[in-house]
This record gives sequence, C-alpha cells and structure tokens, in this order.
Amino acid sequence: MNNPLRKRFGEQILLMFGREPKRPEEGDIAPAAQKIHFFKQGNRDFIAEKKHARAHAVKKNTWRNRRWATLITANLLFVLSYWLDVQLLEGSLTASRFVGFHLIDLNSALQVMLAHKHIIVNLLIGTGTILVGWALLGGRTFCSWVCPYHLLAEWAEKLHLWLAEKKLVSDAPIDRRLRVVFWLIFALLALGTGYTVYEAISPTGILSRALIYGPGLALLWVIALLFFEVFFSRRAWCRYACPIGLTYGVVGIVSPLRVKYTLEGCFHEGDCRKVCLVPHVLDTVIKGRAVDTEVPIGPDCTRCGLCVDTCPSGSLKFDVKGLSKLL
Amino acid sequence: MSDDPKDSPSAAPEPAASSPAPRKPALTAAQRMSRERQQQARRRVLHTILLSGGVMGAALSGWLPLAYAQRQRLRPPGALDEKDFLASCIKCGQCVQVCPVNAIKLADLVDGFGVGAPYIAARDQACDFSCDAVQCILACPTGALTYHKPDFLKPRSGAGLAAKPVLKAKQKDPEPTLNLTERIGVARLTRPESCLALQGKGFKGQARGADFKGRMRYMEVDRWKPIPVADHPYDVPECDLCVRECPVAQAISIETVTLADGRQRRQPVVHEPCVGCGVCEMVCPVEQAAIEVVPREVWRA
Ligand code: SF4
Ligand code: SF4
Ligand code: SF4
Ligand code: SF4
Ligand code: SF4
Repeated sequence: MNNPLRKRFGEQILLMFGREPKRPEEGDIAPAAQKIHFFKQGNRDFIAEKKHARAHAVKKNTWRNRRWATLITANLLFVLSYWLDVQLLEGSLTASRFVGFHLIDLNSALQVMLAHKHIIVNLLIGTGTILVGWALLGGRTFCSWVCPYHLLAEWAEKLHLWLAEKKLVSDAPIDRRLRVVFWLIFALLALGTGYTVYEAISPTGILSRALIYGPGLALLWVIALLFFEVFFSRRAWCRYACPIGLTYGVVGIVSPLRVKYTLEGCFHEGDCRKVCLVPHVLDTVIKGRAVDTEVPIGPDCTRCGLCVDTCPSGSLKFDVKGLSKLL
Repeated sequence: MSDDPKDSPSAAPEPAASSPAPRKPALTAAQRMSRERQQQARRRVLHTILLSGGVMGAALSGWLPLAYAQRQRLRPPGALDEKDFLASCIKCGQCVQVCPVNAIKLADLVDGFGVGAPYIAARDQACDFSCDAVQCILACPTGALTYHKPDFLKPRSGAGLAAKPVLKAKQKDPEPTLNLTERIGVARLTRPESCLALQGKGFKGQARGADFKGRMRYMEVDRWKPIPVADHPYDVPECDLCVRECPVAQAISIETVTLADGRQRRQPVVHEPCVGCGVCEMVCPVEQAAIEVVPREVWRA
C-alpha cells in the first residue's frame, strides 16, 4: 500500500466514527491520479462520452437481487429450521447453531459480557467463528446481506424517496457521531444496569425473533423506527443509531472483501452516492478527491452493491484484496 | 462545476467553501443560503433530539419494568439467579426450540421483564421433563441456563437440591436422574380452601377442560410423545392429580394431616425433591389452581 492510500485508510476509519469527509490536500494525491484529474477537467470528449453512456445506461439489479435472495434465505432458514424441526440453523440472529456450530452475534455477546461482567467462555468460540467469518466477508456485509431490518428499511427508503420526489417529505440528515454516542450509551447501560438494555430495542433482534417465534408488540418499536425513516430522516436507524452496524464496521476494517473504485472512467456524476446507505464512504468519487487511481471503499460500507449496480461507467466493483494479484 | 449539487463545494478549488464567502454579487444569495442553513441546522437538532429521545425512551421502556418488576416469573430449568440470568441471556430462543412441550416462551413488550427473555407460564404449559435430559440447558449457548453454576456464582441456600432429582419416567433406566442441581421454585398449596383432596372430593373428567391446549407426557400412553392433557381424562375417587402427574419421584404426596382442632384431612404435601417444574399447577383441576409453583422459592424444612 502506498502512502496516499495508507493515509486514506486511517481517515476512512475516522469517517466511520462520524467525521465528515474532507477534500484531500494536493500532496496527498498520487501523481498518477493527479494526472487523471487534470485530464478530465473540461475535457469535451470525456463529457460527451459521459452524456452518451448515461443516456444509454440500463438499470441493473444484479447485486441487489443476489443480496435480497441471500437475506431472505438466511432468515427463512432460521424460520424453517424451527417450524420443520430440521435443526439446520437453530436459534435467532443474536445466537444460533448452524449444524451444531455455535454462531454468536458480536454485539450481543459484547453486551452480555458487559452486563454479566464476566468473560463467558462458552461464548468465545461462537463469537470467534463470527468474528473471523465477517472479517473475511466484509464486516457490515452482515447489515445488507443478513439483517432483516435492512430489507424493511430499504423498502421504507424507497417510499421515502418517492414521497420526497413529490415534495411531501424531505430528508434531514443527523450528525453521524450520534451512532458512536449510542454505542457508548448502550455499553454503559449494560455495564450499569446489569441488563442487556439494547437487546430490548434492537430491531434486528426483535424482527429475527418475531419471524421465528411469532410476532409481538415489540414490533411497534420497529414500525415507529420505519415511520421516522420514511417521514423524517432517510435510513436514520442504520446511519445514525445502530450499534450493531458500528461493531461490524470495526470488524470490516481488516476485511479483504470490499468495493473498489477506479478513477479512470468515473464520470463523477454521483449516482452511486444517491443510492448508498452510507454515502460518506463514497466521498472519493467526488471530482478531484480520489487519492489514487484505484481506491478501496472504507469499512463503513455495507457491501450492498447498489453502487456497483448503479455506476454507469463500471468504476465501482466488488474486489477481494490481493486476489487479482494472485490470479 | 459538477452536475451533482452535493459535490459543488469540492468541484472548483475555491478556498473555504464551508464559510459563507463575502463575495459582493452573491450577497443576497449568500443570505438566502445562510437562512436555509440555519433552518437545516434547526431541523437537524430537532431530529437528533427526536431520534435520541425515541431510542432512549424505548430502551427505558424495555428496562424500567424490569427494575421495578413486581411479579416474578418462572425461568427455564437451570436458570442462574434472576439478576445473573437477565444479564447473561442473549435472547436467542434456542431453549424455546428444543422443548418438546413448548413450555418456554419469550417475553414481549408488555410482559414487563425485558423483551425476548424466556419464561415459563406453568399454568398454561408446565415443563414436564418429557425431553428426559433438560434439553433447554443443553441448548443454551451462554450458560444462562446451566447444569453447574460456575464457581463465582454461589447457589442461594435452599435453592440447591439435596440430590439429583429422579425422573419417574426414567426410574427403570440405568441413569434415572436429571442433571439438575438447583430448583426452579417450590410448589406450595397456596389456596388450600379450594383443594379437592382437602374437601374429601374426587375428580372426574378432563383436568383443565376440553379447550385446554397444554400437553404432557403420560408414560402409560406414550413414552416419547407428549399428548394434550385434554386427551387424558381422569376418574379418581380422591383428587390426587398433582401427585399422580408430578414427574419427579418423591416430590409430592397426599398425606393425612391433623389440623389444630384435632380433625384429620387429606392434602397434598410438597417434599424436598420438588424442583418447581409446575406440572402440579398445570393439572390442578380447580380454577384457580390450588397448588402453584412460587418462582425462585427455596426449600425450607
Ligand atoms: S445498521 Fe443495524 S439495523 Fe441497519 S442493517 Fe446494520 S445491523 Fe441491521
Ligand atoms: S458504497 Fe456501495 S456497496 Fe457500499 S454501502 Fe454504499 S452503495 Fe452499498
Ligand atoms: S427441561 Fe422442561 S422446559 Fe426444558 S426442554 Fe425439557 S421439558 Fe422443556
Ligand atoms: S437458550 Fe439461553 S441464552 Fe438463549 S434464550 Fe434461552 S436462556 Fe437465553
Ligand atoms: S390437583 Fe389440585 S385439587 Fe387435586 S389434590 Fe392436587 S392441589 Fe388438590
């Protein structure tokens, strides 16, 4: 990894903790990237090419469809295992057993240990499996590929955007540092009350249990959240509140699987940032900001692939670090 | 300039794009801009408060009822003491999944003790140990349900069982006991005035009526499959349903007791091996049950 990228790597982590993206200093941009930035400035051919490509862009949903299928299958597996009694995937998203292997959600395990104030040895194996698994698969990949709330929130977002287009609602962004504050509050609450307070309101846990063990009144809270997201603030829970997202984001720091941005063909029109759940991770696509010709997207990215589907120039692609070199 | 309005501050290398630039011709535009910014900032604060308030309020509604819990509930067998149990249960429901009679339920918002925490409503469906091996403990990933408490958690005096309970259903097996070291609670004759045995009455019919959904394993019917209590009617000259159906050996018996005025009565008497599974409470045919399990009650001689 060369210097501009290394510096950006650190900044992407701060970005996840709520800092606003900044324009990089001239000196932080690799010469090769600077050259491309310069080349694109006022280049008529390039602008014409971009107009043409955008006019002929066909809407793809490849990754979204794969992702929805995976998310639904994973959650259905829980439900069917219980209802058909096949013991394939027992438990719920907080803790489960996949053909005998323990899988324990990191955030829940953390909460439990903080509340109990003991390292629960039984939990370590299951937590370790999940840690390694998600570290390999991208961390917040959990969010967009497994979390049942994500799917509902995605649909709520569509409704929000439709209403916004009709000027009936507007999105009011909230300070992203709030998520870190919530994370700390819930950690302290667990420590202080000796109870996993967060679990009582985790839409992820509530939905997972509702699917498997039947609906309950706790779903009202989930509905309230979705309501807030539709009418007041787009994707508010996942953007500004969910501690699970932050926990898995941290896991994703070391992940080899991520979306990679290639500066060369990018039109800088920003379609990707309009579909992204966490648009701050895509600050690099803004004109003049890419610090190198290829820039990996940071750990807060949920690897949902919406940007990959949307990008009219093919500048955003899924990538496994080191794999392309290997092949 | 870029086509995306969001990108505009970064598009041209203008200094200090974030502060309102004091350029002469754009004064009115800048003023409009700043008013819009102000409004946006105000909305941002409002929404931050709304979201934070909502989240904290919801979190409190999940926790407060717990802090002020009046009603105690039966926890699944092998549960740690209440505080430790609530701290360590990860609310996965694996205990729910393995129970052959579906005795374990997960609490909802209004139950007042933490969304997703497992409990047993014995009157509706008791734990009858038809799983033979306290499967729920085996399933629990966190040790919130456990065969043996870790060293740093001492059993309360009277909560520990004197010996491993002998399961009547397994009495002929090489290993007839249940791996359970602490009781869930203790059964008590809380309403002696309504106990049929005490009134010298018998009982005929379905213990809890035709509509009762509860199930239980009856050894004489099927060793492995629990059947509805409604499918197993009784006809007994002296009511002893609680004693008859108790799955644990020597936990309860009908005894002749002498009252203070010298009169003699027959009544169920609970003994030390009672683990508090709640079967007696479930089958007791009078409404409300004459015998009940008191959650987390300890044995007193
Ligand atoms: S941020 Fe939280 S609620 Fe949103 S998708 Fe991730 S885990 Fe689910
Ligand atoms: S950067 Fe792309 S893959 Fe990552 S969350 Fe945003 S849209 Fe999804
Ligand atoms: S011990 Fe009781 S509650 Fe636990 S699984 Fe067996 S029957 Fe169900
Ligand atoms: S199996 Fe254990 S951790 Fe899971 S819900 Fe039951 S008691 Fe809680
Ligand atoms: S089942 Fe109820 S009524 Fe019958 S003897 Fe037992 S406590 Fe009394």
